[in-house]
Amino acid sequence: MYGFGVIKGMLVTLKNFVLSYFTKERLTTVQYPEERLPEKERFRNFPFLIYDDKPEDLRCVSCDICAKECPPKCITIVRDTDAQGKPLKRPKVFDIDFSICMNCGICEEVCPFDAIFMDHEFELGEYGRFEELNYHKEDLLKSAEYFAQIRPTDAALIEAKRRQKEAKGAHPTSPTPPIPPPSS
Amino acid sequence: MEYELKESPTLDTQALEVSLGPQHPSTHGVFRMNVKLDGETIVQLKPVMGYLHRNHEKLAENMSWLGSMPYTDRLDYICSMTNNFAYALAVEKLAGLEVPERAQYVRVIMAELTRLVNHTLLVGFLLNDLGAFFTPVLYAFREREKILDLFEAVAGSRMMCNYFRFGGVKIDVTDDFIPQVKQIIRRYPKFLDEFETLLSENEILMARCQKVGILPRELAINAGVSGPMLRASGVPYDIRKVDHYSIYDRFPFRVPIGEAGDVYDRYYVRILEMRESIKILEQAVREIPAGPTISPVGLTGAKSPRNFKPPKGDAYGRIEAPKGELGFYVVSDGSAKPYRYHVRAPSFINLTILEDMCLGYKVADAIIILGSIDIVLGEVDR
Repeated sequence: MYGFGVIKGMLVTLKNFVLSYFTKERLTTVQYPEERLPEKERFRNFPFLIYDDKPEDLRCVSCDICAKECPPKCITIVRDTDAQGKPLKRPKVFDIDFSICMNCGICEEVCPFDAIFMDHEFELGEYGRFEELNYHKEDLLKSAEYFAQIRPTDAALIEAKRRQKEAKGAHPTSPTPPIPPPSS
Repeated sequence: MEYELKESPTLDTQALEVSLGPQHPSTHGVFRMNVKLDGETIVQLKPVMGYLHRNHEKLAENMSWLGSMPYTDRLDYICSMTNNFAYALAVEKLAGLEVPERAQYVRVIMAELTRLVNHTLLVGFLLNDLGAFFTPVLYAFREREKILDLFEAVAGSRMMCNYFRFGGVKIDVTDDFIPQVKQIIRRYPKFLDEFETLLSENEILMARCQKVGILPRELAINAGVSGPMLRASGVPYDIRKVDHYSIYDRFPFRVPIGEAGDVYDRYYVRILEMRESIKILEQAVREIPAGPTISPVGLTGAKSPRNFKPPKGDAYGRIEAPKGELGFYVVSDGSAKPYRYHVRAPSFINLTILEDMCLGYKVADAIIILGSIDIVLGEVDR
């Protein structure tokens, strides 16, 4: 019968309409600011820098690997120097331009010191487009506890790895990780 | 193909030129069609592309091999997993890398889930173009979201997955991934049945889609069309069957083909393909072995992309992406950057026959013909 197919289709929409009042499966809307979906552990947004105890001693040794590997080149690192001009194992400037960063997670993967990780924070609205989105070292610092809180599985793995390394480092013959030359 | 403007003996008529797009919701992005009309009938159609050109190939030639992996996500942003797959295959062929068994299965599962995502969404948007405004799209979105949630749990991002690495995948799937895929396999046929009840026998849909935008078999082959478009025209050509890449020869599945090559066939071939994908998924989750998900060489490459230097030579890796044959042609000069990097984008090549399919049909038909090609402008313009 002509028109029967349309009627059958209408019944499907009617079924969806009625059942949306009763089943969770048909009505999947989440009222966002009030309700939130549970965060996935591997979810990644912009990167942050990690420190262990005090914000001053961050894990980053300013080796510049992440800045070199970053596909859109959004990381700027300047190595810190002491009073005599000798390079130190910490960054003076560590900027990530969030207007360029594309959340690919390559910096986290290549970092040999487990110093940079992808964050879960995504509510980062700003009023400007340029300097406001260029995050500096102070804005990027977050504690190791925070990392353990958002990504417990990875944090446990990394903690175990670091402890193993430390135990090895106590041994006098084992070499410390090489410090790459300061980038020009 | 040529179309003769009909001369009227009594009335003085002339052709009307209309620019459809680039900011038009029916063009699925920033695509422009310069159309010449005789009344409502299309006399000439010139596609204008390049509004979303992002210099993908040249960018890739100036960064490490792995560095362009996240950029491939942004080619066809609806199915980033298959884009990763094709690029990883090309580079693995070039560097001669082995992929562990478990990684092969994970790749196939991801690729087939992506096919479900893409085809579900396409059917929804095709109906949007037909005038079934947003109800089918939202039903499609609801199902797609369940798969995207899986991608997020495994790869970290819903759409820009960046999950494949040369010689495997970035990280093993989560523990609850396989049970969740099983749940999707169980539920998806029900959703497809419901979707089909809504649409397949709908008289309005049939009247709008059947015998519209016919692509003859010979023209489809000569134009280099691939994917569901080609199969809807009656050519049983599927790269999963022809090229035996990855482990697809272990899975028995059929290649659905159409007869008429019209918009309805293109829609229906995709529905049938989704059902075949579910069969592949069923077998893959049953057989997936334990083991590493990335080879040791691949892991070193992922940890320090600067030191990943494939030997001199060239390779072409291709897969059956949801939209057609997606190929990456890469040339290495032995350094850490590709010497040449070329993308054979399926939706770009399928788009080249748009004019031949549209001539003689009405403007409203041109919109659904464009919708049935299944273009994503990120891939067309690159």
